[in-house]
Amino acid sequence: MLDIKNLHASVEGTEILHGVNLKVGKGEVHAIMGPNGSGKSTLAQVLAGHPAYEVTEGTVALAGADLLDMSPEERAQAGVFMAFQYPVEIRGITNAYFLRAAVNAVRKARGEPEYDTIDFLDVLDEKLKVIGWEDTFLTRAVNEGFSGGEKKRNEIIQMAVLEPKLAILDETDSGLDIDALKLVAEAVNTLRAPDRSMVIVTHYQRLLNYITPDYVHVLHNGRIVRSGGKELAHELEAKGYDWLRQEAAVAG
Amino acid sequence: MTAVAVERVAERTAPYVTAHEEFVRASAGPAWLQDLRQEAITRFAAVGFPTTRDEAWRFTSVERVAAGRFSAPPSGIPAGVREAVARVVVGEPHERLVATFVNGRFTKELSTLVGLPSGVVVGSLADAMRSHGDLVRTHLGRYASAEANPFTALSTAFVADGAFVYVPRNVVVEQPLQIVFVSSGGEEPIVSQTRALFVLEESAQLSLIEQYVGAGEGTYWTNAVTEWVVGDNAVVDAYRIQRERTDASHTATTWSRQGRSSVFSAVNFAFGGHLCRHDIHAVLDGEGAECTVNGLSVLRGNQLMDHHTTIDHAKPHCNSWELFNGVYDERARGVFTGRIIVRPGAQKTDSKQTSNSLLLSEDARSDSQPQLEIYADDVKCTHGATLGPIDEKSLFYLQSRGIGGQAARNLLTYGFGAEILNSVSLEPLRAHLDDVVHARLENRAH
Repeated sequence: MLDIKNLHASVEGTEILHGVNLKVGKGEVHAIMGPNGSGKSTLAQVLAGHPAYEVTEGTVALAGADLLDMSPEERAQAGVFMAFQYPVEIRGITNAYFLRAAVNAVRKARGEPEYDTIDFLDVLDEKLKVIGWEDTFLTRAVNEGFSGGEKKRNEIIQMAVLEPKLAILDETDSGLDIDALKLVAEAVNTLRAPDRSMVIVTHYQRLLNYITPDYVHVLHNGRIVRSGGKELAHELEAKGYDWLRQEAAVAG
Repeated sequence: MTAVAVERVAERTAPYVTAHEEFVRASAGPAWLQDLRQEAITRFAAVGFPTTRDEAWRFTSVERVAAGRFSAPPSGIPAGVREAVARVVVGEPHERLVATFVNGRFTKELSTLVGLPSGVVVGSLADAMRSHGDLVRTHLGRYASAEANPFTALSTAFVADGAFVYVPRNVVVEQPLQIVFVSSGGEEPIVSQTRALFVLEESAQLSLIEQYVGAGEGTYWTNAVTEWVVGDNAVVDAYRIQRERTDASHTATTWSRQGRSSVFSAVNFAFGGHLCRHDIHAVLDGEGAECTVNGLSVLRGNQLMDHHTTIDHAKPHCNSWELFNGVYDERARGVFTGRIIVRPGAQKTDSKQTSNSLLLSEDARSDSQPQLEIYADDVKCTHGATLGPIDEKSLFYLQSRGIGGQAARNLLTYGFGAEILNSVSLEPLRAHLDDVVHARLENRAH
């Protein structure tokens, strides 16, 4: 599904990613862990196409297509979804209006008919039922006046409605209390599907108690330095990230 | 004032003083009315038109109006007026309550006022001066003071007709009342003096749509004054839609005085006009009163809209909310002044003021200034303002959801309007204004 080769990326002239290699198969869930400043969020932003990040080397293929050649909206239309670490407030636009605009933009790009307001409410109903959440957010302006937890939940609602092929969760667990974390994790689990791959970027191992990844990768200084199964997350939890620095010091 | 300044004021006001002498000779009316007019013209002659040297007018030059020669409008119904009214009224035709005023004069043949609740009066201020003389005398020109604003002085000096609405105690007017002020110039540039007095007694309730439109092609300037007297426990839902022709001038004052536990909600839309200024002055004059004053300007070309607001918390336990959004394209300009006064003893005041300006072009401009004057110690007053082009972070957020390019920009721009449209609780009006906002953002005719 996703094939990242030797990816180098910079922001404002400073290279953050120094050659990332990562393959994510169809339906697989990969966790990317690492300390602050390791490049986790940069990787997520680069995949989503944030204009502040410049790719200087390497390739990214999405189902064989050149992802780096696409605009952010083309990536979304191709099935990429990133849950933002810091979701943005959109003045005056209700969630329902926003979600319809997003779904219709994607449908239009794929040559499918757009939904009208009435039809879309049924579609929305059905999709929210999947994650078991009520539609309390729908009449509120997008993320406006939402608590941190509500904003993160709202990202998952968008993911449920947009049904991506590749979902990137950028620190969706950060700042959540344990109840909110469980809610979000349960919803993400219901959205796991054989044709949906997920890349879960997280600083803490805690989230992985609730979402079991197929693979865990450790990102350090802009490179993936360790990869393994879900047990790697437990090892990191026990050892912390300090050993990375020691290894780096030894290698250097 | 220097001798030169005095001379300049006299030069600009002289035509109005002369016109006033004629006007007074031709207009009948009780002594109190003649006194009111006389005091007002005296005031106007003394102060003249404001200039940008006056603090309250420093962002807005009214030179275009002050230097012009505007005469009284001709009588009758000019061409295009009927169509202009038809274009802006909302709701099912058989249910509509519409009062139309052409160049400030009540026009019965373009009004539909069937089915008003018993005791409710809607119609001509000139008629009301005879039929409800005491009511008019008690309230007319008593709130919007000639002292406070030269344009109000000019309006009061020439007051003859206008809209008059009276809702007695405990009466609820279910159907929204629509007041349409049409201004239409002739061969000569004209000033259309429009006036409104709305009086609600205790526990009365009214929804009102007040619209300003232009017809025909002659040069005109609308000078509007609206006074609201909101009794104890009364509820008002007021919408003001200014859609003058884009070459017209519009100067206006809205005054409201609220009694105990009353609720006054005013949403102001500004789409039209070239030079526009609206002074809004809300006085919370009874404990537990609440007021909401919102506004939306959607402007382009060389349009200017200056909202100059004052919320006067005169009594304790009152709440006020203000939200003004503006979308400015091309060389358009917006001004927002938000003055909040908390009088001594007005404890537990809760006041919130916000203004947001979206600048869609490099040449667009917006100025926003809060003015807080707080003389009580147990109060909550907050204010905030945003100003700038479309937010890049928001743009990327939309793109990452598949909404790209112009569609993303349009959505973010529409959001500024939608935030105010969402405070319109009359559905047919909301839908109508939604279309107007969309059309204006897409630069279509509407």
